[in-house]
Amino acid sequence: MFDVAVIGAGVTGGMIARELSRYNLSICILEKMNDVAMGATRANSAIVHAGFDAKEGSLKAKFNVKGSEMMENVAKELGVKYKRNGSLVIGFNEEDRREIENLYARGCANGVRDLQILEKEALHELEPNLSDTVECALYAPTGAIICPYELTIAAIGNAMDNGVALIRNFEVGSITKVDDHFEITAKPNGDMQASVDSTDAVDKAYAVDPVNAADGAATPLQARIVINAAGVYADEIAAMAGDTSFTINPRRGEYILLDKECGHLVSHTIFRTPSKMGKGILVTPTVDGNLLTGPTSVDISDKEDTTTTAEGFALIIKEALENVDSIPFGKTITSFCGLRATGSTGDFVINAPVEGFINVAGIESPGLSASPAIAEHVADMAAAQSAALGMTFEPKADFNPYRAPMHHFREASIAEKQEIIRKDRSYGKIVCRCEGVTEGEILAAIRTNPKAMDLDGVKRRTRAQMGRCQGGFCSPHIVEMIAAELNIPIEKVTKSGGNSYVNVSRTKEEV
Amino acid sequence: MTDLVIIGGGPAGMSAAVEAYKNGIRDILILERDKSLGGILQQCIHNGFGLHKFGEELTGPEYAWRYEKQVRELGIPYKLGTMVLDITEDKVITATNEEDGIFQIQAKAIVLAMGCRERSKGALNIAGSRPAGIFSAGTAQKYVNKMGYLPGKEVVILGSGDIGLIMARRMTLEGSKVHAVCELMPYSGGLARNIEQCLNDFNIPLKLSHTVVKIHGKERLEGVTIARVDERRKPIAGTEEYIPCDTLLLSVGLIPENELSKSAGVSLDRITSGPVVDQNRQTSVEGIFACGNVLHVHDLVDYVSEEAEIAGRSAAKYIVSLARNTETNCSDTSAVTVAANCTADNTDSACNGKTDAYPESIHIPVTTDGKIRYTVPQVITRKQDLSVFFRVADIYHNVSFNVYNENHEKVFSKRALKAAPGEMESITLKSSVLENVKALHFELEVR
Repeated sequence: MFDVAVIGAGVTGGMIARELSRYNLSICILEKMNDVAMGATRANSAIVHAGFDAKEGSLKAKFNVKGSEMMENVAKELGVKYKRNGSLVIGFNEEDRREIENLYARGCANGVRDLQILEKEALHELEPNLSDTVECALYAPTGAIICPYELTIAAIGNAMDNGVALIRNFEVGSITKVDDHFEITAKPNGDMQASVDSTDAVDKAYAVDPVNAADGAATPLQARIVINAAGVYADEIAAMAGDTSFTINPRRGEYILLDKECGHLVSHTIFRTPSKMGKGILVTPTVDGNLLTGPTSVDISDKEDTTTTAEGFALIIKEALENVDSIPFGKTITSFCGLRATGSTGDFVINAPVEGFINVAGIESPGLSASPAIAEHVADMAAAQSAALGMTFEPKADFNPYRAPMHHFREASIAEKQEIIRKDRSYGKIVCRCEGVTEGEILAAIRTNPKAMDLDGVKRRTRAQMGRCQGGFCSPHIVEMIAAELNIPIEKVTKSGGNSYVNVSRTKEEV
Repeated sequence: MTDLVIIGGGPAGMSAAVEAYKNGIRDILILERDKSLGGILQQCIHNGFGLHKFGEELTGPEYAWRYEKQVRELGIPYKLGTMVLDITEDKVITATNEEDGIFQIQAKAIVLAMGCRERSKGALNIAGSRPAGIFSAGTAQKYVNKMGYLPGKEVVILGSGDIGLIMARRMTLEGSKVHAVCELMPYSGGLARNIEQCLNDFNIPLKLSHTVVKIHGKERLEGVTIARVDERRKPIAGTEEYIPCDTLLLSVGLIPENELSKSAGVSLDRITSGPVVDQNRQTSVEGIFACGNVLHVHDLVDYVSEEAEIAGRSAAKYIVSLARNTETNCSDTSAVTVAANCTADNTDSACNGKTDAYPESIHIPVTTDGKIRYTVPQVITRKQDLSVFFRVADIYHNVSFNVYNENHEKVFSKRALKAAPGEMESITLKSSVLENVKALHFELEVR
């Protein structure tokens, strides 16, 4: 039996699992996809918000401001790129100016430090490529940028290094309270069988092969505490435990990502003044040096519908150009869509409706920013529940909060690189020419917790295939490397788990 | 210090190396990122290469071997699996491979021959999902021809560039069904012979003025919605058609790969996306030359080889001229030896002492009218017989390619029955035409 099962390997579940791994507990993360960070975490604005947006007194406001302050240190421990680039909420007219003044007052009430309102001249000096029509802005120097899936991969990797088990391709089908624990079964999952990144913790806690549970066999997975961090599906998971007090209504957000050539067009994150129509389209550099524009905001009902639309692209381009009129959209390298896990209560839902069952739901923006603070709070909640469940929360003596940065080689000096290559020649061989990613880095991504098991997994960990050719040259070689490392046939390598096979068969094979 | 470093061991790089050798240069190094010489030709197993150059139909690997054989026989050094990371304006090259780690070379001259890449799906902003099963045509070609794996069975191709056309035939031969080739423009960007041999011979429909407007499928591609487009290339509502398929191949343009050229401070042409060069294929940086698809996208490899010969010859001449300048200054004997290696039959080479040393002294810019999209070279720095290559912007019939001087007086004209964007055109100008000319302007006239 596990002490804790965290459902969902997004940034919320990942940060919680890492926080819990400070204690002597057996913990598993249940993830329905083939990799971590596959839901809202994968596709969002990648912003650590300063905290002036959320209403005073809300959980969003509380955890945003606190999380934002914790994030720099968390990023340092986890070896994740983080940049405090500051953010600007720009205004074009008097109506916008009034709203900016409101935001300023709200930010001060929420405890956001160093807010200022900038007038045109100072503003354009600070951010020269803003359109001439921009008149004023709220400047929040504490705003920052981070890569959300890099953070999540690192948090879960660090949790695994500290004994947490990751069980992939495990889509929860039922949760039943039995005496002092919960029994969790998985839905059948086609070709992709549940797989455990095995650790001692699993072997101790879970002698039975979890694949049995995944196939709907008699043996369910058992856990004393269940933490529901299931993103857009958090309402369905809560309902399995008997809580139907909220729903999650996904809201689509589309983005356009531009080449690194354009990454220096702005240095701050440029928000529009929020209106009745929503927060509008932002323009921001990313920590990896690209330029990101988006998101749109459309309520939808299908929790899997991450499709982009022609209307979405048109809106992004129109508003982004209003903010910064020199954006060269001809340098687009990709577009994508994420789903916000918007809850029906308007705020984060963080509670324990059933003893031992903790909801961490409705974690939409500023969820990424809030995640370190949420994790700390949820660990406290779990500790509070533990006594009644006959558990003890003892700090682990050998907890290691650090994880080696995955981008270490990329940022090393030539002399340091020489030294690394001398020890491991595969770091001398470039596989992805656009992003300059070496074979050594890709092998590390496939071998390091949580292991990349498909093309997109390698992409998110190394940036290989993420440059201007979008994997045109390097993806066949990466397919070969994944097949060799995981010891599977080449035609079984997927783009992103499930049925997303890259090749259908060998050539000349009888149909 | 290395006399000549060639970046890229494809057809352009190899041809430039061989030609530089023939013009007296011995200290040459080819840097190739792949594990063999030959570049993209190695996955082009269809025939049709070499008709112009060798008078016979070769496959891509056979064509590449014609040059690799010479490189080997001449003993020209090359490093495989070697990626160039940076080139400076002072010609310091930083590269990496498994054997040497990261290393630097100071070159006297550089030939850029990095080739091009395919435009990716991301750049197109096609609405819908992002499933597996979407490949650029060249990537699919690598899976099928080099690795022996089949990317899919029910195929739609977007874009009618030559690789797309070739892959339509290849996928058909491999047993897959190609449902359609959609082309945004009202004409194909590929060679006429490929339309005939790769589509018409296999009854594959070419849908001109069509594009893919939506991608369907969560994990693996399940289908695409295509639609007709208007004159402004915008989809026309009501013309949508759903085609079930598991594979979408993209052949929507090739982009010269000039990231290294930029780091070396080389000026690029906005239209070709390649360096601005003179008739010697010298870029804006003295001693850095460019040829092949890194310079502008060619239709036939035969022309790549010819262009690379010019670049290789010019680089040799440049190196020799450096040596001669040094000789005049009474130093560096090794460079003099290089000059002495020149053979008597190199009539155009610097070692007969009759030709000008770099830099050239005159500057005749070449401009175009838009119907002719660009020219290579973009500037002429010496009055000599030379060929100018160019592509047109649309399909035209019964045309004249007219060349004017700075006073808009016609100095040259050539007629053609047809001109199409998919086929590269050229004219040859005699040195006499260039007498007293300060600028050249190319125009296309429909007769």
